[in-house]
Amino acid sequence: MYPQVAVSMVRIFEALGHRVGCASGPACCGQPAFNAGYWDESRKIAVRVVESLRDAEAVVIGSGSCAAMMKVHYPELCAGTEVEAEARALAARCHEFSSFLVNHLGVTDLGANFPYKVTFHDGCHGLRELNDKRPPRELLARVRGLELIEMDAAEACCGFGGTFSATFPAISTAMAEEKCASALETRADYVVSCDSSCLMQIQGLADRQKRSIRTMHLAELLARS
Amino acid sequence: MTAPAARFDTDARGVAPDLRHRSIIQTAMAKYEVVRDRSQSWFQDWEGARDLAARTKLEAVGRLDTYLEQLVRNLEARGTRVHWAGDAQQAREIIVGILREKNARVVVKSKSMTSEEIRLNDAIEAAGCEVVESDLGEFIVQLRGEAPYHLVFPAMHLTRSEIRQTFEAKLRDAPSDDPEELTMVARRVLRRTYLQADVGITGANFAVADTGMISITENEGNARLTAALPRTMITLIGIEKVLPRLEDLALFLPMLAVMGTGQPLTCYNTMYGGPRQPGEADGPEEYHVVLLDNRRSALLADAELRETLGCIRCGACLNVCPVFRNVGGHTYGTVYGGPIGAVITPHLRGFKDWVHLSYASSLCGACTATCPVKINLHRHLLENRRAASHRDARWSYKIGFTIYAAVANSPALWKVATRLLRIGMSVRRLVNGSVLDPMRAWTRTRDLPPIAKQSFREWWRAQGR
Amino acid sequence: MVESTGEMIERDTILGRIREALRVTAYVPGGAGLPTTVDRRRVLPAAGATFDERAALFARNAGELTATFNVLQDAGTLAAALGVLRDAEGWTRVAAHRGELAGDAARSLGLPLLFTDGGYDRNALERCDVGISECDALVAQTGTVVVTSRSAGGRALSCLPPHHVVLARREQLVADLPAAFQLVAGRYGADYPSVISFITGPSRTADIERSLVLGAHGPKRLTIFMV
Repeated sequence: MYPQVAVSMVRIFEALGHRVGCASGPACCGQPAFNAGYWDESRKIAVRVVESLRDAEAVVIGSGSCAAMMKVHYPELCAGTEVEAEARALAARCHEFSSFLVNHLGVTDLGANFPYKVTFHDGCHGLRELNDKRPPRELLARVRGLELIEMDAAEACCGFGGTFSATFPAISTAMAEEKCASALETRADYVVSCDSSCLMQIQGLADRQKRSIRTMHLAELLARS
Repeated sequence: MTAPAARFDTDARGVAPDLRHRSIIQTAMAKYEVVRDRSQSWFQDWEGARDLAARTKLEAVGRLDTYLEQLVRNLEARGTRVHWAGDAQQAREIIVGILREKNARVVVKSKSMTSEEIRLNDAIEAAGCEVVESDLGEFIVQLRGEAPYHLVFPAMHLTRSEIRQTFEAKLRDAPSDDPEELTMVARRVLRRTYLQADVGITGANFAVADTGMISITENEGNARLTAALPRTMITLIGIEKVLPRLEDLALFLPMLAVMGTGQPLTCYNTMYGGPRQPGEADGPEEYHVVLLDNRRSALLADAELRETLGCIRCGACLNVCPVFRNVGGHTYGTVYGGPIGAVITPHLRGFKDWVHLSYASSLCGACTATCPVKINLHRHLLENRRAASHRDARWSYKIGFTIYAAVANSPALWKVATRLLRIGMSVRRLVNGSVLDPMRAWTRTRDLPPIAKQSFREWWRAQGR
Repeated sequence: MVESTGEMIERDTILGRIREALRVTAYVPGGAGLPTTVDRRRVLPAAGATFDERAALFARNAGELTATFNVLQDAGTLAAALGVLRDAEGWTRVAAHRGELAGDAARSLGLPLLFTDGGYDRNALERCDVGISECDALVAQTGTVVVTSRSAGGRALSCLPPHHVVLARREQLVADLPAAFQLVAGRYGADYPSVISFITGPSRTADIERSLVLGAHGPKRLTIFMV
């Protein structure tokens, strides 16, 4: 859906001098099945993912929720399978994009240029399961021309929640409306997040209600120079 | 879909887009958040306090039989009559039995969600007694014939003007819609009730095992008066509310206040150790404590769910839950709403009928982060879903996810699926938002992004990497 | 206490279910054992180390709670201070108990007086403008007054009349909630009064649109004198 996010990540890491590989295994971490309670089906995907990432030195994930899935839930999901130990080892090598840059590589300045007002949405998994509030903000602080304005409801859930957005659409929509209202109050030009699914939810509602909100993934923003 | 699930769905669809409801709740919650944050900041170590509270509750619940026996011994030592109720029906019978024995005509009640759980008021009225709720919020919803909206704030959903109308219609006494004047009306009415009531019935927040005391937390003073004036006093309390020692209250009373209302401490925190003692000026001649199980022991028996018995019913998880805020307390259709309600109700009232509450969540985790006793609430929601997938697997989901896993695991199938999806989405645009649109659940209220011409992997391959 | 056979059976059934349930072991994280007073003091709000700090903290808290807190030089000035209140508020009937401080203070007002000791007419208490009582402790950390049914003239004296006046001695000021519970436990041992109440401000509610209203059912005014 949002290939430009991954493309931006590739560009950023290569500019920093790293060698980037693309995972050859499943393209999905299996979270939808996991969150719906269908762990047996989710496990089938997880096991393959773990196997396919055996040789990766570091796995960087451009989504807080997928990163949380692999770091926090894969070990328990794969318990009892033949990849139990590997899943635990993999969890240590998995990183969400922004925390990888800041905490692992110690990089905060990517030479990015983005002269706009920006507000940041903390995706729930990144915030609560990965404790990821600081890294995105440290990165944004170094972007030339960028003004960060925090919204009141920065930490409030956008209402996506995977299948929740389709099984309880009225509630999901109400949550998106509250998120958009909070974002609009900041008068920011862009809403930025580390989670494409959140951005899809926010942008989807904003477009339908003809609100002037533009969303962008943090990786795309940081790749701008 | 079960009947409760269908009702939830209908009610949620009705309330979620209601902007007036949204505005009322948001205003109330915003006020709560300001005072809660301030009170929390006075703690030297709030996170440390949560750890201590969690530890205390796990200990209490982990040795519940011992602490309950100690509690009962100490209660009975000073003249309290202790009753054990296995379920709601037994609790109702015990309490109505006491009312009959005392020839009670008027009963005054202070706030008790446990009494809502067992539908006590219906039983009291069926027995021919008048029962009057004394907590202002409960008093108001009782006049309106409504269920309480929230664990702590029963009338959160009402405006002053609605309350004025209710007082006008039911009491013929509503000078204005000023909150103070309306409160004074209730005060006048209730004072007569306190003086006339034969029996006072209360709930309880904690039961202290080492001293044999029932602890009640309140702001209005209605529980203190319910416990002071009538000749017979009854307390209904769930068995899980036991705390080991009196000193534990030094931690729990402020934490309950901060999380429940945002206050450093509520106005009245009172420990009741028995009926009137020799030499005391007043107080009930008889004090009865009814201990209620009603499937709490089932939660106890579950290794993972046991920690949910540590809940102090503060309502904080309701306050931070975006689902609760948007569908409101009545939509849950059951006495315990919000995240804690969604977790325990399937186990208290029937799994199949109530597990839908565990699906009505984005699993954002705000509840877990706020719970003062560190119950891993959103984890339990997920576990309820997992249990449901085994007990009552929905075949459409099982087949769907099995296919999904097969496609995700096969690079060839994934490539095909990506292409089919691209074609499918273009076709779908023709019926966007209509009944033919398979993604109508989304597209009724939200746009979908355009499908990228090239997926990342396709780009990667095209680059020859 | 004699229970009916049915109730005894139910007691055994429920305890049996609990014991059965507890045969399943659940994970208990972190430390074993119950927290201590030291543990709690580390996390609860700070409460001042000296009398002056505690008195100042109590005063600040009382102010926030809209309770009136007056520090008097000695018990001798109490009568005059109460007389000022009586005139300002137009009291016509007073309720109190026969405590050392409370009894004399109430009598000094020269008004029709109801003593609750030994029993009283509740309708008469309801007609009183003020209830004067002593207390067991003042808690600096929270601005709380601790009363019991033994030290404060019963259960209703401190919550039925619309104004509750508390007479406290300097020595009764304690730092925090843990200290207050220790005091109560130490004073009463196994022979507790049937009611111990921690009063923190006048009665209040926010049930209508979250607007604060004082005097919901309990006293609208709380005045504390420390001598």
